[in-house]
Amino acid sequence: MSQASYPEDLLYHPEHDWARIDASDQEHATLGVTWYAQDALGEVVFFDPPAVGTTLSKNESYAEVESVKAVSDVIAPLSGEIIEINESLADNPAMINEDPYGEGWMVKVRLSDPSEREALLDAAAYRATLAG
Amino acid sequence: MIEPGPSTLRRTPLFERHVAAGAKLVDFAGWEMPVQYEGVRQEHLAVRSSCGIFDVSHMGEIETSGPDAPALLQRLLSNDVQALGLGGAQYSVLCREDAGVLDDLFTYRLGEDRYLTVTNASNHGADLAWFQDHAQGLDVTVTDAIDDWAMLAVQGPLAREVAQAISDSPLPARMHVERRRLAGADVLICGTGYTGEDGVEVLARPGDAAGLWDELVRRGATPAGLGARDTLRLEVCYHLYGNDLSVERGPIEAGLGWCCKEDTGFIGSDAVREVREAGPAEKLAAFMIEGPGIPRQGNPVTGGGVVTSGTLSPSLEVGIGMAYVPASSAAPGTHLEIDVRGKMRPAVVKEKPLYRKGS
Repeated sequence: MSQASYPEDLLYHPEHDWARIDASDQEHATLGVTWYAQDALGEVVFFDPPAVGTTLSKNESYAEVESVKAVSDVIAPLSGEIIEINESLADNPAMINEDPYGEGWMVKVRLSDPSEREALLDAAAYRATLAG
Repeated sequence: MIEPGPSTLRRTPLFERHVAAGAKLVDFAGWEMPVQYEGVRQEHLAVRSSCGIFDVSHMGEIETSGPDAPALLQRLLSNDVQALGLGGAQYSVLCREDAGVLDDLFTYRLGEDRYLTVTNASNHGADLAWFQDHAQGLDVTVTDAIDDWAMLAVQGPLAREVAQAISDSPLPARMHVERRRLAGADVLICGTGYTGEDGVEVLARPGDAAGLWDELVRRGATPAGLGARDTLRLEVCYHLYGNDLSVERGPIEAGLGWCCKEDTGFIGSDAVREVREAGPAEKLAAFMIEGPGIPRQGNPVTGGGVVTSGTLSPSLEVGIGMAYVPASSAAPGTHLEIDVRGKMRPAVVKEKPLYRKGS
């Protein structure tokens, strides 16, 4: 994806992570990194996820994503327990570049405190942080 | 995250070209340089398979001329400068008395008593001062030539063909330098590079650089950034100053004994001889990770040692690197364990270079 994009239906963490929470299921979220993060990092060549069952703490690193040049921590926008990881990224980490909000999702979590979402940004507010 | 540098950074004559090509620019040793255009991996593979072009105008140049120029350089540089013929190129290190490496350098002999030495951007000022200090009392002129030259590296199996097409006469052989007219510009063209591929490096007047760049790109050279330059050089185990070379270690430890001729009496030669004779305690080993994981500079090696360069090799598609390890662990085939941010990654020491043409 070569053009910047920040879908309106996602919640954003200022450390360039997104969370998708379906209206029908407020207990779970899908997490990934934003267009800005993947663009800054360059071609992702390695995604090192935690194991299913790992506990995530909001604002803390739960995984690493690497480009040829650099390593970057992936920050948890919400707290919870990992129930699924995107196994296909092991063979095709570039999906994080190509489709950061779709096929490039990283983990699904069972939220320990769904109210934490109140602190996340909407697309307009996140985009505003990038302008500065 | 990579942020664009502030405007206080120095810019090369090709800065506008990089911006127009959509490069990501980073602060590299005080210069605002392109780290990548389209992507490190594809730029890397373009150099391995056809031809890439790099702006390396941030590199410095020191001109040394006069009757005592050979004597001064023989005293400063680790290689045998007397053996450098007219139009020749020579690699060497600049050492302190204790053999700590101050820089690694290419020196071109442009005339009977006239030499041009290419420095690393981060060391240029210190190198220049070192040259000038040691020139005291000699009949020699040491000139800072950094503002006189832009430098383009054209590298890859098709690089000579691309450069030849705009040259007024045949290109110099490997490790040789000649004056040429390239697309009408007077340049120094050198059969050298930092990628493990054939190719040339072009020293041009700053005002001619953009025209040359455009002409070479038009003829098929792919713009490549410092990111690809780093992965290319690491695959063939060329040293990067600040990573694999520093004042903390000497050239023997770094595997650069081949460019040290202690009998010339260069500064540091006694210390170098001592380490060569006794055998170094540590050696710079090239290794490959077995399985997943990408080693990075600073990762510890279990049992002693530290990674000085690491990346994912775009050609080999595996984590590779170089590490200073105890000499007993430096032989090819030795199994290592690299601590990549808390995860122990098995690795094996390999012969240098890690990448060979056709492998």
